[in-house]
Amino acid sequence: MPTVKMSVNGEAVSGEVEARTLLVQFLREHLRLTGTHVGCDTSQCGACVVHVNGVSAKSCTMLAVQCEGADVTTIEGIADGDTLHPMQEAFRDNHGLQCGFCTPGMIMSALDLAGRNSAPSEQEVREWLEGNICRCTGYHNIVKSIMAGARAMAAGQGG
Amino acid sequence: MPKDGIGASVKRKEDYRFITGQGAYTDDIDRPGQTHAVFVRSPHAHARIASVDTGAAAAMPGVVKILTGADYAAEGLGGLPCGWQVTGKDGPMVEPAHPPLAVDRVRHVGDQVAVVIANSAAEARDAAEAVAVAYEALPAAASIEAALAGGAPQVHDEAPGNLCYDWEIGDKADVDAAFAGAHHVTRVELVNNRLVPNAMEPRAAVAEYDRATREYTLYTTSQNPHVIRLLMGAFVLQLPEHRLRVVAPDVGGGFGSKIFHYAEEAILTWASSKVARPIKWTAERAESFVTDAHGRDHVTVAELALDADGRFLGLKVDTRANMGAYLSTFAPCVPTYLYATLLAGQYTTPKIWCGVQAVFTHTVPVDAYRGAGRPEATFVVERIVETAAKEMGIDPAELRRRNFVPADAFPYQTPVALVYDSGNYEGTLAAALAAADYNGFAARRAEAESRGKLRGIGLSAYIEACGIAPSAVVGSLGARAGLYECGEVRVHPTGSVTFFTGTHSHGQGHETTFAQIIAERLGVDIDAVEVVHGDTSKIPFGMGTYGSRSLAVGGSALARALDKVETKAKRIAAHLMEAAEGDIEFTDGQFTVAGTDKSVGFGDVALTAYVPHNYPIEELEPGLDETAFYDPANFTFPAGCHVCEIEVDPETGAVEIVNFAASDDFGNIVNPMIVEGQVHGGIVQGVGQALLEGCVYDDEGQLATGSYMDYTMPRADDVPSFSVSTQTTPCPHNPLGVKGCGEAGAIAAPAAVMNAVHDALGPRGVSRIDMPATPARIWQALNAA
Amino acid sequence: MHDFTYRKAGSVADAAARAAAGEDAVLMAGGMTLLPTLKQRLARPSDVIDLGGVAELRGIRVEGGAVTVGAMTIHDAVANSPEVAAAIPALAALAGRIGDPQVRNRGTIGGSISNNDPAADYPAGLVGLGATVCTDRREIAADDFFAGMFETALADGEIVTAVRFPAPEAAAYMKFPNPASRYAIVGVFVARTGGGVRVAVTGAASCVYRETAMEAALEADFSPAALDGMTAAADDLNEDIHASAEYRAHLVGVMARRAVAACGAGAAGG
Repeated sequence: MPTVKMSVNGEAVSGEVEARTLLVQFLREHLRLTGTHVGCDTSQCGACVVHVNGVSAKSCTMLAVQCEGADVTTIEGIADGDTLHPMQEAFRDNHGLQCGFCTPGMIMSALDLAGRNSAPSEQEVREWLEGNICRCTGYHNIVKSIMAGARAMAAGQGG
Repeated sequence: MPKDGIGASVKRKEDYRFITGQGAYTDDIDRPGQTHAVFVRSPHAHARIASVDTGAAAAMPGVVKILTGADYAAEGLGGLPCGWQVTGKDGPMVEPAHPPLAVDRVRHVGDQVAVVIANSAAEARDAAEAVAVAYEALPAAASIEAALAGGAPQVHDEAPGNLCYDWEIGDKADVDAAFAGAHHVTRVELVNNRLVPNAMEPRAAVAEYDRATREYTLYTTSQNPHVIRLLMGAFVLQLPEHRLRVVAPDVGGGFGSKIFHYAEEAILTWASSKVARPIKWTAERAESFVTDAHGRDHVTVAELALDADGRFLGLKVDTRANMGAYLSTFAPCVPTYLYATLLAGQYTTPKIWCGVQAVFTHTVPVDAYRGAGRPEATFVVERIVETAAKEMGIDPAELRRRNFVPADAFPYQTPVALVYDSGNYEGTLAAALAAADYNGFAARRAEAESRGKLRGIGLSAYIEACGIAPSAVVGSLGARAGLYECGEVRVHPTGSVTFFTGTHSHGQGHETTFAQIIAERLGVDIDAVEVVHGDTSKIPFGMGTYGSRSLAVGGSALARALDKVETKAKRIAAHLMEAAEGDIEFTDGQFTVAGTDKSVGFGDVALTAYVPHNYPIEELEPGLDETAFYDPANFTFPAGCHVCEIEVDPETGAVEIVNFAASDDFGNIVNPMIVEGQVHGGIVQGVGQALLEGCVYDDEGQLATGSYMDYTMPRADDVPSFSVSTQTTPCPHNPLGVKGCGEAGAIAAPAAVMNAVHDALGPRGVSRIDMPATPARIWQALNAA
Repeated sequence: MHDFTYRKAGSVADAAARAAAGEDAVLMAGGMTLLPTLKQRLARPSDVIDLGGVAELRGIRVEGGAVTVGAMTIHDAVANSPEVAAAIPALAALAGRIGDPQVRNRGTIGGSISNNDPAADYPAGLVGLGATVCTDRREIAADDFFAGMFETALADGEIVTAVRFPAPEAAAYMKFPNPASRYAIVGVFVARTGGGVRVAVTGAASCVYRETAMEAALEADFSPAALDGMTAAADDLNEDIHASAEYRAHLVGVMARRAVAACGAGAAGG
């Protein structure tokens, strides 16, 4: 079996995997990072979104072996110790989650948007979320959360 | 009031683990030595199983065990039970056997035929492909219409004509008499489209057997673990409760689809003792589409009789409801007691008749999905009322006002069995119309027309019956379970509190809402309260979460348990302060003696209860741990009005929701933030039903919408933000005065959206559009008009 | 999915050699279609040759009024390229509406056109702009490249290296998406070029095609009104649960008119 080495949340990791092992399987089953979820099999729901080399990607639609040498960040890796990331805070403050299953993917996707656009409009957020499905919230509070989180991130950098 | 008490928008206690990726869902559980299961499923809607050959598969790498329907049948175990027996005009419903693994026939695509257990999921899947099942395909009846046609393929031999039951409520002759005197009769034909629930977490289960204790443990994605334990233990596997533990950990949404007892739960539990290792199964989404119980799927003809002033004289509703291939756990009650009994809506319609034919088809079983029966009823009532208003030239809001049950008429007995507890329908209508700027609509329509867009506005004044109850009544109607709830308040020696509830939270925020009630009542800090749910080994008993019952029924059990805690604590406090029990007052966590400055804190009383040195030990047991079971006196009746405004692009048929305003009456509210979130989510499921979601089977019974490539899930850019507000008439018959908010949006929204669509298209001569009102359908209708 | 041998190509030549050596090898670009296909067990390759490490296939070049996009350039790079936005804004806009952000972060132009999904966006862009597909063996005009449903003019093992787009005078792409998959039910790319007007249609038929009657009408009068009353002339349009052939034919007219209007507005459209 191929061996794959990558950095996950800043730590060097490696594992022996079948070539067919998806990145999400490597994260969940090999590394026991179960915050990244699988909600569909057609690459549409976005529960599995992580960052690969700084941009959002669906970890259900990548092979682990494709990530050889890559920097991968998951939901488990964005808080600074006990200090939540501003986007995590924004989701809690704005009731941007209910069952929580889509939430890690939503947050990771939102971070990619916020990195490109520090003050996205409601419409920009809604369009950005094409690849993230939520069945609980009706998106209303997710959109609020992401707008607030992006603002908080920009303010944090400015200050 | 403590800052985190009742009425405060407290941030959710459960959120930390979810936003940091620490939630523990069933698929996140790995047990030592775990194996993995993959089910072999029928590709046919209807077929005879000639043979199942597992030989080649069993020899594949990693395979531990393969079990078939014949293996299961050989042990004389039970089939999946139905929890509600409806009695129709001709006697009890037909209740066919539902084997958890098919033996000789498969009856829908996805019907499970065998289970392959292997060391890894990939090996199990590889081997499942090698299980050779010889099917003799048979013709299928994949729709209500096809199943009721003469000579239709039979789903079950014991159900001639594919009829499960033919049921009615009301006196038809009486209603016909009302129609005879009508000034106007409005008739509508409606399809309530079949939906796939699609909780984002696919169903999953992990089962294990402990040889030492002979105890089975099942982790499962369930809304009601005690119900699963009862059904699976008593009816399917014949295991006593004390040797069967069912855990529903974090669950990623349910919407009804995780109420039911599914075959995979029973098969995994059964197989776990055979392989003597834990077994995990997680559905792929494609599998969820063909195994999770679907929702809705009604075909209805309704007629409303009105007098010259637009007063409703009578309503006749004739409905055919799809049950699918087998009776899912609560399927039979959905199109009857949760549907026909709601057909009075918010109105004083004096005479109502409803007939329901429940039909077997070669499709996935249909059962409760968010709203369960009540969205279907609201859609009938609110579509026909709106249509009648248009036909009679009366403003739709005004026609509703003329027929509302007046605010001073409660309790109100409807002609279809229910007694409405409280409400103010004029109030929610007025608030919704104001929020929607109903009076300004004509100008907005004219402006839209100048841009080539067709604008429409639609109302939906809905009512729902929540907190299903009382046990004796539902029992008389065929329920095979009680519908009370249980709560245990365990005060610890240092004054912190654990609350064990039989309800289950899978997004609803119980860990926060219940903690707020406890913080308020006991004066403890909300962080000193822990809410435990979802484990039959920890919680005395429970009926779970569905039908917007958790706060109305589970919260009431909590309130009763808190009453007991307070009563006992007051006796302890009275002893400590050497005062009469009747003189003790309890506010903000302090016990005081009326008229004195004596006081003792709740924490000291708790400590005394567990360290009973100075204690009335001969009159009172030590400890402060109280359990209550609450059986409700009546349903609760949340109600309200939703107003939707849309624009249609007539060139493409695309619909844009430009405004959506809701005013709801949920009785008293514990956490407004959570309530608003529930309404938002419900509205989008309702919008999804109206505009996007439609489950399609082809004539052969193949599911044409078996993935998100073809089944349209609402996405963020399909919907706007919403204006939601509440009005309050407290529920008079439960201790918290609460009614329930979880389903309102899904119940109200479809009619509001579809009334808006019809309002927009009516002037172009379009009289009927079925849900989902997709661009293609709208364009076609405009083209044909 | 079934297991396979994974090989990471270091260069185009290396990829071609590995593809030829494999018993039943497939090339993987972004994997946005291949991986879902493998997950559904609809294909069972012996080897997957990953082009992800081939640096020579990435990048955008603008020279002499033409935009050349390397085959492994992701959609997001095209969508956000100032050079593309300046030279062919409609192409940037098209790329910015492919799939969702995560697809745009992984999916590539070479992968998209080699797959030739009948509802994909890029084929309309290529045909609409009269682009040239460069491979490791030759150059192929876009008009000749898209051969049928999921079929192209590529020979076995032939690898797309880049696509060269001549800059048009004006162009716009209009898509009416499938509400579920968000692929195009109909997408129309209209371009006014030195060589004439081109109207390319995706989503409506089994393969991208040109609406020659609309092109002729627009040659005479490049305005939305020139297309009034026109629908797709093609026979055998797609028909599925989301859209009838008749509806698709109608949408081709609507999207074409809107694209022409967007060209006229001077904006990128799309």
